Amino acid sequence: MGRKFTAIVLKDLQLELRSKETWVAMVAFALMVALVFGIAVNPLRVALASVFPGVLWVAYLFAGMLGVGRGFEQEARDDALTGLMVAPGDRLAIFLAKLTVAFVFMFTMEWLVLPFMVVLLGEPVAGGVLPLLAVTLALGTVGFVGVGTLFAAMAANTRAGSVLLPVLLVPFSVPVLILAAEATGGVLGHVVPAVDPWPWLHALMAYDVVFLGLPLVLYEFIWEV
Amino acid sequence: MPGGGEDGPLLRAVGVAKRLGERLVLRDVTLAVPAGAVVVVLGPNGSGKSTLLKLAAGVWAPSRGRLERFGRPVSTEATDSRVGYLGHRSFLYGALSGLDNLTFYARLYGVPRPRERAAELLGQVGLGRFQHEPVRRYSRGMEQRAAMARAFVAHPQLLLLDEPYTGMDVGAAGLLDQWIRRTTAEGGGVLLITHHLDEAARMADQVGILWRGHLAAPLIEREGGDGFRDRLASTYEARFPGRRPRGA
Amino acid sequence: MTKPKARVWTGTWWLWLMAAIWVVALYLNFIYTPDARYLLSSERIFYVHMGSATAMTFVYGVTFVASIGYLWRRGLAWDRWAAASAEVGTLLTTMVLVSGIIWGRTAWGSWWTWDPTITTTLILWVLFLGYLLLRDWTDDRERRARYAAVLAIVAFFLVPLDYYAVYFLKSIHPAVITTHGVNLAPSMVLAMLVSMVAFLFLAAAWILIRLRLLTAEDHLVEIQDRLRTPLDSL
Repeated sequence: MGRKFTAIVLKDLQLELRSKETWVAMVAFALMVALVFGIAVNPLRVALASVFPGVLWVAYLFAGMLGVGRGFEQEARDDALTGLMVAPGDRLAIFLAKLTVAFVFMFTMEWLVLPFMVVLLGEPVAGGVLPLLAVTLALGTVGFVGVGTLFAAMAANTRAGSVLLPVLLVPFSVPVLILAAEATGGVLGHVVPAVDPWPWLHALMAYDVVFLGLPLVLYEFIWEV
Repeated sequence: MPGGGEDGPLLRAVGVAKRLGERLVLRDVTLAVPAGAVVVVLGPNGSGKSTLLKLAAGVWAPSRGRLERFGRPVSTEATDSRVGYLGHRSFLYGALSGLDNLTFYARLYGVPRPRERAAELLGQVGLGRFQHEPVRRYSRGMEQRAAMARAFVAHPQLLLLDEPYTGMDVGAAGLLDQWIRRTTAEGGGVLLITHHLDEAARMADQVGILWRGHLAAPLIEREGGDGFRDRLASTYEARFPGRRPRGA
Repeated sequence: MTKPKARVWTGTWWLWLMAAIWVVALYLNFIYTPDARYLLSSERIFYVHMGSATAMTFVYGVTFVASIGYLWRRGLAWDRWAAASAEVGTLLTTMVLVSGIIWGRTAWGSWWTWDPTITTTLILWVLFLGYLLLRDWTDDRERRARYAAVLAIVAFFLVPLDYYAVYFLKSIHPAVITTHGVNLAPSMVLAMLVSMVAFLFLAAAWILIRLRLLTAEDHLVEIQDRLRTPLDSL
């Protein structure tokens, strides 16, 4: 179990170091969202800083969809997933490894993109809020990658899976989008009137528990046959 | 013997059936791979051969019947590092080098000194010079050799081979013959799936003919001499009038 | 080989029963009930709205139960129930949304508000469009059933969470049925209840018709499979 998990996680990181496909695509995509938004919205009429948390999470979630999808496309290309399944150890290790890697990629991408978003959308971030911001980003990301990994595993086996995945994932992103964006706004502290981030973070935790637990119950059904 | 154990067959299927959707792909297949033997399942495309191998490998679970490896029931949860599976596809990652791919699988199977083992195998299949190249840049033949090395990475005692010779060059096929013989000589067993009569005649100790999910019992035993191939061909003809296997 | 189980119910008397209930429902809706105090005649679309919403809830319940049933028992009949009910559910959701939009326009003066109930219904609609796409784009019959069941089960848990997430916005959706009873005139309650029953019948009829077609399709595939590979006598 532990050996399988570690081997797959390390393999995915190595694969990413060699190909650089996933994180480049994710970061570029998130930046495009910020750029397009900054251009499309007239900053003279809309205070960009006030919509900052929402735009940030829209960029994160769409880039995240790209990331989880790629994780399984790599496994599907030469049927490596079958190789992983017959290798000694529990299949749960495969799912947990893919989930962990999806989290690491998305979380890293979020920090890489954040400075650009801060500059482009003019939202100052005080150094003191970074720990709580990290907690918020982590909770939002966990909520997304659980269902994301489950559906990406399904989409890899369907026609036009890369088109299907966003359609399936958008409804599941709604709670993350609302809760995480509000919490982020509260943490950054520039929203008027001030928002207490904790109720939102608690709700996010509850969501994470449900949507991390469900995929763990259901993942086995995706891979049999 | 009940419960199998070390002396029992390496793989035993009793009354195995598999349903995919509404279709019954395998019906009541009974078969055993004893230690030191190559068992070939011969059948046309769509007869359920690959399904049988996927069940034996533990990729899928049988709908009915009993399936044991090394005397223990096969399930999608009970994987075994003593089983080597070579499927239709390579199971390799294009962006990684041959060496990294094999090292990963060696690690997955808990092979000691995985990188050395990977390099050794790649050398044996003649890819030593290309071991640092990404698999994406391998030719079809090279990829097949690498996939073959992958299946042998953990010194398997039970080999499951799904049409391994298809598209293989003569050199690689000769090497695979050699490796199969070595496995059986060391007390391992091989289940080989093919639709080609010559391959069955060349490698098999026992041959089972699969047609539409039925395995013709009993298996046809090799009894020395050149008559084996002809006997296979005539049995096939008798079973399925008007149908000939490839190579007949 | 299994015989095709062509046990499909072909009776039609329930269609006549449904037609009768619909005549009553439409009479109550358009003639029997008075105009509402403020909304006047536009109130009448409320019966359609409430009826389709009730049927929708019921129908998605069927999808959920059938999906669990499929993963548990693995009969394709469960999956056909899930598929038929999901299709009808999506159609009913469309009716709920359209009637809601029209009603919202007359009652609140705007076509669309981002109220929790409305937003959740929209999400539900997107969710099941995704479900139908997933079914359509998964080629293997058995895998299609399995994936769809997994999605339906996860979706069932999502919907209440979506609702509570959006609930933090102030809700303006009218609560017609509260814990204190029903906020409606008695004649309107009658029209509403009959309308609910009528829509439930309509949904059931749709599901049964779809079920018949899906069963026929599955059997057709089975027969085609058999013709493709003869020599079944072995």
